Amino acid sequence: METIIKTEDLSIAFGGHWAVSDVSIDIKRNIFTSVIGPNGAGKTTFFNLLSGQLSPTKGRVFYKGEDITKHSVIQRTRNGIGRSFQITNVFPNITVLENVRLAIQSREQVRFDLFRHFKSYRQFEEEAMNLLETVLLAEKAEIPAASLSHGEKRKLEIAMLLALNTEVLLLDEPTAGMSLEEVPAILNVIKNIKEQEDRTVVLIEHKMDMVLDLSDRMMVLFNGELLAEGTPEEIMANETVQAAYIGGDPNDSTTT
Amino acid sequence: MMKRLQTSTWVYLLIAFVLMLLPFVKDDRWFLFLMIQIFVFAIFAMSYDLLLGYTGIVSFGHAMFFGIGAYSVAVTMSRLDSTFSSFLLGVVVAVIISGIVAFLAGVLTLKLKSHYYAMLTLALAGMFLYIAERWRSVTGGNDGFTFRIPELPGVLQDHRNVVIYLFTLLSMVLLFFGMKRLTESPLGRVLVGIRENDQRVESLGFRIMPYKVLISVVSGVIAALAGVLYAVSLRFVNTQVFDIEVTLDALLMTIIGGVGTLVGPILGSAIMNLSHHFLSDLASVHWIFQRWVILFGIIFILVVIFFPNGIVGTIQKKMHERKMKQRVKQVEKQSAKN
Repeated sequence: METIIKTEDLSIAFGGHWAVSDVSIDIKRNIFTSVIGPNGAGKTTFFNLLSGQLSPTKGRVFYKGEDITKHSVIQRTRNGIGRSFQITNVFPNITVLENVRLAIQSREQVRFDLFRHFKSYRQFEEEAMNLLETVLLAEKAEIPAASLSHGEKRKLEIAMLLALNTEVLLLDEPTAGMSLEEVPAILNVIKNIKEQEDRTVVLIEHKMDMVLDLSDRMMVLFNGELLAEGTPEEIMANETVQAAYIGGDPNDSTTT
Repeated sequence: MMKRLQTSTWVYLLIAFVLMLLPFVKDDRWFLFLMIQIFVFAIFAMSYDLLLGYTGIVSFGHAMFFGIGAYSVAVTMSRLDSTFSSFLLGVVVAVIISGIVAFLAGVLTLKLKSHYYAMLTLALAGMFLYIAERWRSVTGGNDGFTFRIPELPGVLQDHRNVVIYLFTLLSMVLLFFGMKRLTESPLGRVLVGIRENDQRVESLGFRIMPYKVLISVVSGVIAALAGVLYAVSLRFVNTQVFDIEVTLDALLMTIIGGVGTLVGPILGSAIMNLSHHFLSDLASVHWIFQRWVILFGIIFILVVIFFPNGIVGTIQKKMHERKMKQRVKQVEKQSAKN
């Protein structure tokens, strides 16, 4: 199977602390990979390295065989790596619909159009509305994003990411902060993306049980290191991983 | 959505039409002059709001574009003969110089955080003020100079002030609709995105630098056009056009009228100019009115505290809230029926 994203000894240090250290991994095309690990394991930092928000202290990132370590966020997005943010990151004072519409506009490369082309403009708006229906936000389309609840903002994040229609979707804890009733609907949206089998999804999740049946592959981060990588069954059976989740240092528990 | 847009356009056109008829009812010199000032500063404040309200860029040197416009047309027309072609040449010179200055200021600083732009524009405006004061052979120094504007054919010459009034009004209306279109275009939407969250715009795949530079140039050029109109309406120019007070006026007009709207700056300009005029007249009643700026400072503080969205912004918000409530009611009614 073809590799779409590959990292080589990917590491980043903040001060003397290695937030991510020597992570080498192959992510296969059109496969659903989950990144799990306890708080502070370096999951989001790892994502920031993939999407270009941070540049690594050492190591490299490849996308479709090309070294993209030095590429900016903009270049990576245009080449097909889209991401959602764990800490909500939307445009607060414009409407929910407009938030999504901007993402569509970017995908369609309408960048310096001073004189509005009405027809394409309307198409964008309709598509944005459809996406909002997908994530169950259609009723809130006309209100400013700032007045959404936390969970609704997360849904908006997903809609914006879907609007970009990138080959790779990096989802950073998409269900964090949602009310329990909302979670299944969003998992459904993610499941639908997976079932189309034309996207590569990498998903960060804190709670392991939530993604077990969704994932094709799982990778476990602990203290910035890649602890294990494999199918969900392999990960479940892995003693090191279990030790990490129960607590304590996994290296200790395996040696004793 | 589309229908509401159209009705608002009709309202604007109607107001423009009424303003057009105004000088035929009342053509006192002081009145026409006051209205011309309102139009000129409305254009200037709108150009300022393109930066402040739509893109979130703070400029403390916007007066330099105003001054560049005023001096460009004044110098050109006093050096050459006062014909319409030299007026046009002056406009072209104003556009080119202000465009270049805005481009350079943008390229140099907009990559950095926005306050660097504020500081650089402040410094540049100071530099232009200094040049205008010292380069006496061209600018006439502090005292400035008067110049002649071309004579109008026939009867129009007798009603020259009315013609200038109409010309300024027409310029304001055209620039208003031009800027309205700009802010509603796909490009304008990206600008608002930059104001709201520039990092997020980048992670959507837009490069933000070109947008900031572009709007800096557009805003600078429009401000220069306001300066052109200002100089022509006075037939006089001096170093005051580069004064920091001109920038602060634009800032006040924009904030009082409504940041992030185009009608707001026009309203702000009207309020500032009218109150300046009429409050100064009340000086014989009480000395405080002579120092009307004190009163204005207090009003400004109150506006910022209680109506941070300005007049137009507050009205828009109220209307929007009412619409939202009605929609909620409709949804409730429907679900009750079901």
